[in-house]
Amino acid sequence: MTEVLFFFEVVLAGLLAGTMYSLVALGFVLIYKASSTFNFAQGAMVFFAVLSFVGFMELGLPFVVAFFVTILLMVLVGFATQRLVLQPLMNESEDTVLMATIGLGFVLEGLAQAAWGVEVRRLDLGIGDFPIQWIVDSTGLFISALDLTAGLVAAGLIIALALLFKYTKMGLGLRAVADDPGAASSIGIPLSSIMLLVWSAAGVVALVAGMMWGARAGVQFALVDLALKALPVLIIGGFSSIPGAIVGGLIIGASEKVLEVYIGPYFGGGIEVWAPFVLAIFFLLWRPEGLFGEKIIRRV
Amino acid sequence: MLDTRSFPIGDPILEVNNISLSFGGVKAITDTSFKVLQHEIKAIIGPNGAGKSSLLNCINGIYKPQEGSIAFKGRKLEKITPKLIAEEGISRTFQNLALFKRMSVLDNILVGRKLHMHANFLSVAFQMPSARTEEQANLERCEEIVEFLEVQDIMHTPVGKLPYGLQKKVELGRALATEAQVLLLDEPMAGMNVEEKREMCRFILKVNDELGTTMVLIEHDMGVVMDISDNVVVLDYGKIIADGPPDEVRANQDVIDAYLGVAHD
Amino acid sequence: MKPKPMFMSFSRGDVTNFVMLMVIGLAVIPVLIQTDYWYSSILIPWLCLSLAAIGQQIVMGYAGQLALGAAGFMAAGAFALFNLELRVPWVPFPINLMFSGLIAAAFGIIFGLPSLRVRGIYLMVATLASQFFIIWMIDKFGWFKNYDTSGIITAQDIVIFGKEFTTPLEMYLVVLVVVAVLTILAVNMTRGSTGRNWMAVRDMDIAAESMGISLLKTKLQAFAISAFFCGVAGALFAFTYLKSMEPVAFDIKLSFRILFMVILGGLGTIKGAFIGAAFILLFPVALNTLGNELFHGAIDATIISSIELVVFGVLIIVFMIYEPLGMAKMWEGIKQKFKRKPEPSMARVSDSKA
Repeated sequence: MTEVLFFFEVVLAGLLAGTMYSLVALGFVLIYKASSTFNFAQGAMVFFAVLSFVGFMELGLPFVVAFFVTILLMVLVGFATQRLVLQPLMNESEDTVLMATIGLGFVLEGLAQAAWGVEVRRLDLGIGDFPIQWIVDSTGLFISALDLTAGLVAAGLIIALALLFKYTKMGLGLRAVADDPGAASSIGIPLSSIMLLVWSAAGVVALVAGMMWGARAGVQFALVDLALKALPVLIIGGFSSIPGAIVGGLIIGASEKVLEVYIGPYFGGGIEVWAPFVLAIFFLLWRPEGLFGEKIIRRV
Repeated sequence: MLDTRSFPIGDPILEVNNISLSFGGVKAITDTSFKVLQHEIKAIIGPNGAGKSSLLNCINGIYKPQEGSIAFKGRKLEKITPKLIAEEGISRTFQNLALFKRMSVLDNILVGRKLHMHANFLSVAFQMPSARTEEQANLERCEEIVEFLEVQDIMHTPVGKLPYGLQKKVELGRALATEAQVLLLDEPMAGMNVEEKREMCRFILKVNDELGTTMVLIEHDMGVVMDISDNVVVLDYGKIIADGPPDEVRANQDVIDAYLGVAHD
Repeated sequence: MKPKPMFMSFSRGDVTNFVMLMVIGLAVIPVLIQTDYWYSSILIPWLCLSLAAIGQQIVMGYAGQLALGAAGFMAAGAFALFNLELRVPWVPFPINLMFSGLIAAAFGIIFGLPSLRVRGIYLMVATLASQFFIIWMIDKFGWFKNYDTSGIITAQDIVIFGKEFTTPLEMYLVVLVVVAVLTILAVNMTRGSTGRNWMAVRDMDIAAESMGISLLKTKLQAFAISAFFCGVAGALFAFTYLKSMEPVAFDIKLSFRILFMVILGGLGTIKGAFIGAAFILLFPVALNTLGNELFHGAIDATIISSIELVVFGVLIIVFMIYEPLGMAKMWEGIKQKFKRKPEPSMARVSDSKA
């Protein structure tokens, strides 16, 4: 019985941790949906956003003000990226744009460190990374309060974004742009303001993801590497699907924990470093378009 | 007239039998069969979206038809992939140009010699005599093609920088370099002006006459095709509506209707 | 027409350039440069990283496969050489070095398999697996490190035919010879049918296949040869530059640096690998020196390294926008400009002769 319980605990912890990957992947999907751009810099945006947030707090800004100032900053980053990087590369191949966003990632990482320094910061959200007592008492499951909060926040963000895209005029415009940018702009949909909205949304998502991760592991450069794990999530979920990002994150989170706990010990542990990537490879071989992505037919 | 050809038209070399192809329920080709005779120039014509390119892509193994088979030199081909088809001796050009854009004209044509070059990477890396003589021989062969196509002055230019008409020519050159017995040409004259079209026709006839290469060519412009082909297949909505010599096809009522858009009102 | 070959398939210009470079590398530099710093901190790492960049160039610049894991293959090569030297010390060093490259090549084939199904960022993610897996494997299985727990494993001395190569100058000469030989092989491949097949697959895979090129063979071959170059580079890097064996030295950051070398140097040129490696290696040194000169240590070293990141990032974006073919292409452009000036009269003369 305790073993079954332990298994559930592992899976649950994995699922909750997975929502953090989902958050990074979500930012990626938003941009991909709107502009078919693989934004490799999303991980750097997470780092940039949360480090700036912590930096603003250190300057004495209250939590809420720092939060909104950071969001403003991220909108600015989105605007600059749109103007300086993506527009000039409008007609270039996907690979070229991808490499440019790798460059963008380095710019953001460098800027963040130059502005705020390289030391590891603690971020206290007032939510501890320890088990919630009443859940332990009633079910025997150990669930970290931080994990649970992250899960709830992720769920909230996703619902908000889904509503935004489904029921607002902007959302409708976004979907039109995603479908056919040329046609959308020819019927008067303001392409640039929609892009700005998308980049801002991705910035907000990055900030929230960064806060959750920062609260657990400290605000530090390693976040960038951690964010790389959003890539296998995207492969599993599909690059253009919001539900895919969520499900992919959950799958990666749960399976890496299960593998680490049950198989890891035979190999000296640490397999969660590569397990998600290998999982993604097997997934690629089976279903290259991802769980929720559309099947790609190459025309000649 | 046929008697004067250095390579008289012979038996069927390529047979397409009952091919059907659909993309997710949309039928592109329905139960299509035709034969291509050795040394002939066969044209496939038809309105836009009639399934001409899809048909070539089936022969060449890029698309996998749901039904039907293809026979080459009287033998049914069991497995069809672009590579195996190339090895059988069928080469092709593409509708929307499929050149190696960042490579020079000469290098593009040299890739066409792939099946005539057998040096492995080690003998290339160490410049073994075998690799060098092979490279030299094939280079000379390609330079002949360059001369044949009259593109000497641009042979070291990356093809991506050339105008459309020249690119089409290079693609023909690459297909020629394979020395395939059958060439599938997908709209070799698309987007060309009258002058360029005339020149391309001249090349196609010249190749057919001098090398005896069997040609299957897709063309949009009926006028051009009728002048150079021995036989014409007309496709409409994925089905064959006529197959025969140009004069016969020209007089066919179905063909006239298809081109005037009467039949589908 | 192509210029007539002078030696094997090399033109007169190739041979002159090569002889000149080798004279400079083997004679002029050893005479002129006496400080160890130049050998051990500039020339040796530059040559090693150039070699790795050639590997990256082969798979990415020539075969068009977006791979990101060069450092993983370098680690494989480094630890392969360490173990070969440890376990079969009687085998001559050059042969062990070659085998360490072959072992890396085997990894290259395995992790190149996804390229048969996917491209672009998908492939990049798949190749990241190799990076993380190889480093993890070396770290977790004690055998690879000979069960050394001290954390610092010294690389063995290089001994070739009884002669020890231990001073920076001697090591530089070893590296130079290996890199020169492998560079020639790479140039031969890229100019010959091997390279044409890679580029054909890069530019238009379906057309390549229709010409009879096997995508499977060509892609895996590119991955294997690329990993071979990275493996040898990694082995040399560990034995002559780091002089110790540490998996961390081959982390993802090194893979990114090698990727940058190729992008900034210029995709699809061997020259670009050398130019890119020099830039990525020297720019931080220059920045540091400049920072110290201008501000006399008032600026924190971490700030300088952050600025370095920003500059690299900006350069990549700028190159992607204005010159996707990188510095090698710019260099060609500059050369052309200088050559063009006296050209009009010259051209007329040669025309009338012809």
